[in-house]
Amino acid sequence: MTSAVVSSVAVNAGEVTAWRADFPILQTQVHGKPLVYLDNGATTQKPQVVIDTVSRYYQSTNSNIHRGVHHLSEVATVDYENARATIRRFIGAASDKEVILTSGTTESINLVANSWGLDNLKTGDEVLVTEMEHHSNIVPWQMVTQRTGAALKVIPINDAGEISLEDVRELLTERTKFVAISHLSNALGTINPVKEVIELAHRAGALVLVDGAQAIAHTPVEVAELDCDFYAFSGHKIFGPTGIGVLYGKQALLEAMPPWQGGGDMIRIVRFDGSQWNDLPYKFEAGTPNIAGAIGLGAALDYVTAIGIDKIAAHETVLLDYAQQQLATIPGLTPIGTAKHKASIASFVVKHVHAHDLGTILDSEGIAIRAGHHCAMPVMEHFGVAATARASFAFYNTLEEVDQLILGLNKAVEMFG
Amino acid sequence: MDLRELYQDLIVDHNKRPRNFGKLDDTTYFAEGFNPLCGDQITVYLYVDDEQVTKVQFEGEGCAISTASASMMTEILTGKTIAEADALFGLFHRVLIGEKELDDETTDQLGKLAVLTGVRAYPSRVKCATLAWHTCQGALHKKQDAISTE
Ligand SMILES: Cc1ncc(COP(=O)(O)O)c(C=O)c1O
Repeated sequence: MTSAVVSSVAVNAGEVTAWRADFPILQTQVHGKPLVYLDNGATTQKPQVVIDTVSRYYQSTNSNIHRGVHHLSEVATVDYENARATIRRFIGAASDKEVILTSGTTESINLVANSWGLDNLKTGDEVLVTEMEHHSNIVPWQMVTQRTGAALKVIPINDAGEISLEDVRELLTERTKFVAISHLSNALGTINPVKEVIELAHRAGALVLVDGAQAIAHTPVEVAELDCDFYAFSGHKIFGPTGIGVLYGKQALLEAMPPWQGGGDMIRIVRFDGSQWNDLPYKFEAGTPNIAGAIGLGAALDYVTAIGIDKIAAHETVLLDYAQQQLATIPGLTPIGTAKHKASIASFVVKHVHAHDLGTILDSEGIAIRAGHHCAMPVMEHFGVAATARASFAFYNTLEEVDQLILGLNKAVEMFG
Repeated sequence: MDLRELYQDLIVDHNKRPRNFGKLDDTTYFAEGFNPLCGDQITVYLYVDDEQVTKVQFEGEGCAISTASASMMTEILTGKTIAEADALFGLFHRVLIGEKELDDETTDQLGKLAVLTGVRAYPSRVKCATLAWHTCQGALHKKQDAISTE
């Protein structure tokens, strides 16, 4: 198993201990046992600096933005816009105009589907998604293709949980107008060859949205280098608050797209005989945004940058390799998702023990994992399972925590064996 | 937190060897149930003769709690009238959602089912224990839509 990251930045145990100390929740006891948090794919924990940033905003600078002449409003506006600039630098976008703040990945994708999709798709057109997408990168495209008469086509996965570029080449035709693909699959851990897919799609004249909800905290993301047209992610999956997310879009595309939601902030002039839209990025940010969330996300990205995403990826590769090796020792365990390029996620089923029971038994040991269909029911169908258990890692997890997971799983097997 | 309270031997046993498992071809009522949260899915088949349940079978896939609950249900409901089945489900459901206290009399009335009351300590698992029962209710009372625990 290899990671997408070539660099091998060594991480020592002392560093991990220091990182863990930044996350107060990691000191929690669950059912009298130290918390072992392996549900980072669902949401990540927050470092003290993010918690402090959010609470400082509410304590000392809370105010609405872009509309006050008073001091607090000016401070809040600057902080909010600084967060946008931090995000822009973090993903390597060319301009702040390309960074739209949303409530999360789901809203970012819906924005593109509704604004770009409704405006551009028509009968005879095709939208491509992969079989491994999260429901939030399937359903908005189903809704918009149904409304416009376009067709939704699916790039299949093999039994390792990978797509093939051959299939992509074959499915891309002059009818293909849009491709929506996850960077890192939440159900399988697969890292998709998004750069290659983007190149192929562009050659066929199609635009590409990359769902980076999972990838953002685990692998370096440079939108300019990827040359993706849109990139979506959520703050809460990269150590930031819930309710804040990002849509990156190429400026020329965003300029041409109509607003999705109407309201305050997204207009320049409102008259009953017609209104004029505001400039980017505000055209897509109707209403009072999640100001605390945006500022908190900025703090989270600064925190990640200070540690270094390469370092994070290197440590997580060690964790995942070790976890997969150890999981293979559990009697009756089948891994779901064995792609060559993987990160951060180990999904599996265990013979005679349902994922839910695994979840409950591990919980009694203080170990948090996810059990279910992971909002990826087509993936479950592909592998013929109703649910999987999923351990998903972050850089603050340790090899000892993997050992705890394995002990808990052996206990479950014993109980039901 | 004692897992054995939840996974009592009888539950583990019914999960390992579910009773009355499989499709019933000669059936008066059947319904499919679904727990959208976890993807668990079950079909309950009943043969009812003059208001009396004479045969119950089930098939599907679920966790230990939902499988054991379904398996035990097939045994317990056999021979009961529809009214008795309704009353037992009502009591079981009220106990699981904490509307009814588990006193000696209630424990008596629940019989074997009492082993499933450990789920009260695990709110997210209550639906697992009631899926088969909801589905059975749907079959008996001919609810048209797919039965869902949501
Ligand atoms: C791959 C992927 N896409 C999209 C989402 C949706 O993210 P959110 O619920 O934060 O909008 C998730 C979250 O689980 C995800 O893992």
